[in-house]
Amino acid sequence: MTAVAQLESWLENFTEAERSAPGRALPWLKKLREDAFARFCEAGFPTTKDEDWRFTNVSAIARTQFRSARPAKLAKSEAAARRVEGAAAQIVLVNGRHAPELSSLKNLPKGVTVASLAELIDRDPATLEKHLGRYASQERDAFVALNTAFLAEGAYIHVARGVVVDAPIVLLYLTTEEDAPTVTHPRNLIVAEDESQVAVIEDYVSIGGESVAFSNAVTELVAGENAHVQHYLIEREHLKAFNVSTLRIEQGRSANVASHSVLLGGGLVRNNVHPVLAGEGGECLINGLFLGTGRQHLDNYMHVEHAAPHCGSRQFYNGILDGQAHGVFHGRIVVHKAAQKTDAKQTNRNLLLSDDAQIDTKPQLEIYADDVKCTHGATIGQIEENALFYLQSRGISESEARKLLLMAFAEECVDRMHSTAAREHVVRLIRGHLLFMESVSAPAKGELEERVMEEVG
Amino acid sequence: MSLLEIKNLHVKVDGNEILKGIDLTVNAGEVHSIMGPNGSGKSTLAQVLARRDAYNVTEGSVTLDGKDLLAMKPEEAACEGVFLAFQYPVEIPGIGNTYFLRSALNAQRKHRGLDEMDAMDFLPMFREKLALLEMDDKLMNRSLNEGFSGGEKKRNEILQMAVLEPKLAILDETDSGLDIDALRIVANGVNSLRSPERAMVVVTHYQRLLDYIVPDFVHVLVDGRIVRSGGKELALELEEKGYGWTEKELAGARG
Ligand SMILES: Nc1ncnc2c1ncn2[C@@H]1O[C@H](COP(=O)(O)OP(=O)(O)OP(=O)(O)O)[C@@H](O)[C@H]1O
Ligand SMILES: [Mg+2]
Repeated sequence: MTAVAQLESWLENFTEAERSAPGRALPWLKKLREDAFARFCEAGFPTTKDEDWRFTNVSAIARTQFRSARPAKLAKSEAAARRVEGAAAQIVLVNGRHAPELSSLKNLPKGVTVASLAELIDRDPATLEKHLGRYASQERDAFVALNTAFLAEGAYIHVARGVVVDAPIVLLYLTTEEDAPTVTHPRNLIVAEDESQVAVIEDYVSIGGESVAFSNAVTELVAGENAHVQHYLIEREHLKAFNVSTLRIEQGRSANVASHSVLLGGGLVRNNVHPVLAGEGGECLINGLFLGTGRQHLDNYMHVEHAAPHCGSRQFYNGILDGQAHGVFHGRIVVHKAAQKTDAKQTNRNLLLSDDAQIDTKPQLEIYADDVKCTHGATIGQIEENALFYLQSRGISESEARKLLLMAFAEECVDRMHSTAAREHVVRLIRGHLLFMESVSAPAKGELEERVMEEVG
Repeated sequence: MSLLEIKNLHVKVDGNEILKGIDLTVNAGEVHSIMGPNGSGKSTLAQVLARRDAYNVTEGSVTLDGKDLLAMKPEEAACEGVFLAFQYPVEIPGIGNTYFLRSALNAQRKHRGLDEMDAMDFLPMFREKLALLEMDDKLMNRSLNEGFSGGEKKRNEILQMAVLEPKLAILDETDSGLDIDALRIVANGVNSLRSPERAMVVVTHYQRLLDYIVPDFVHVLVDGRIVRSGGKELALELEEKGYGWTEKELAGARG
């Protein structure tokens, strides 16, 4: 597809979406969408010449002609099988649309709102205007612009001042198999007012056979003064899925936010995490785990902005890559002039399980203040043969020993997760995924042995 | 049939021949001690028996209860009753001691057609063994050997052995670095496992250990060969004269 044909296809989608979009009569929202679409047309999809996209080629997305995902009905059991045990509430979106019959939004404590964004745009747009689209930057990122142009469906979470929600709130995004490549643009807004406390899990899942599907998600998370917020992103779509997710965090004074990303599925995944520590004394934990196999491409782009003094940020990302998987960790830290006494730390650890697996890890520090502490470090290694032998020498099978060691490595990240429900959910998924990775790589090894045998014989 | 029969074992590591024709027979119920200078190949022999695959066997055979040990993977050897107490136990962050040990025991039980042990059955037995080795059970909540002192690591090896109850225990310098109290505890643990069905191969540099774990046979390994074998008095002789004379003897035998 030529660049012009690409734009025409997106324009067609845009025109169609605009006709039925919620809040199409609201001038501010109409302008937000139109400006964003204009911005997207101007910028186009990034290329590897762009420094921020050096390691990730999105031409597979640019080339594909997507149509908006169609509505689909799913049985209750489909959603139930994917739910997070012990959640406070769950909002389910199927092919990007709120499915009230699958969601459970009762039993929420007073002061907590969980709603479909589209419904809220119709019902109470004034509430949204203050925050929606104010943080995620379309200037920097064509994917954010594209998402904003199609802004309609997603989730809205509001936690009133001082309210504490113990169990996590789950946003479950399900996509179904279709006969043509489809796109959704999930858009979430999470507002945690001063001194509130909440955990939110965004979980992306495909259902049914593998058809090309593109989730282009943006979440804006606003943490008020002294608010404690945990955000979890779980990507477990099938291997034909494209997933570009942007989490933009705006932190107030002494706010404490944790972003946890767990990338298991998806063929081409870009995970943008962009916290701005805008108030004094804020703390941000940016924690992640990515497990890739086959030809998966998992890119983590961190952009941690220190804009106020006395803030701390800690980044920890662990990657496990097998097959021909390609992982990326790009850790950008920007310390503004005003952000004295910043304490920023970054660690990226990787295990490569095959010769063809690849990791690109890149720290990028831009420091404009003079009294700051910034450290970064990255390691790339293999499973330690010593440790493997030690476990085997006690009777544990090689395959089990490998999984134990990989699980231990993954659990470094899991242990930083505060919510028990989220932790248990994630551990279950990681266990399953390690089994999947093993099953994918096992036949390859068998083939290899055969080949060696042939050469010998 | 002997429990362990090593015949003309040659082993190469990274292209260098380290073991140059070892013959050794160990019967159930016996304790053999292997002594020898640094770098003579003691640990290499121990690791080959535990089936570490970095060691390349170029010649010879090893059987355990008549089965070809060299055809086994490390976990198979373990399930068949081989246990190696490592000279340098490995620290493995993120895997709990107790969980690991129960998994190992259950893997072995499964291999032998026994039911898995659940935590309820495992714990009382485990506590007994902890008491035997005078180990603080708080250590067991930590990751495998992580942050353990040298002595604690060695005791943990013997604790694992006590839980796994192997047929053939190979102790590679389990006494090195232990003070006399720890040595007594470890030796006590080892002796409690001595039985007519079980054999032990004890690698050490020091006669001191052999005061506590009295061997039936002592072998001297020099430059990849067993140059002398004898009873427990041989250890005393070695302590007195060093290995110099065995090497001279070896040179004499060669020349
Ligand atoms: N992985 C390896 N790669 C290369 N050489 C090795 C390796 N392991 C052992 N060696 C060599 O093999 C020889 C025998 O080593 P080994 O560890 O078996 O000796 P040892 O008798 O146990 O010595 P010590 O009393 O010091 O423990 C040494 O020369 C050692 O350097
Ligand atoms: Mg040694």
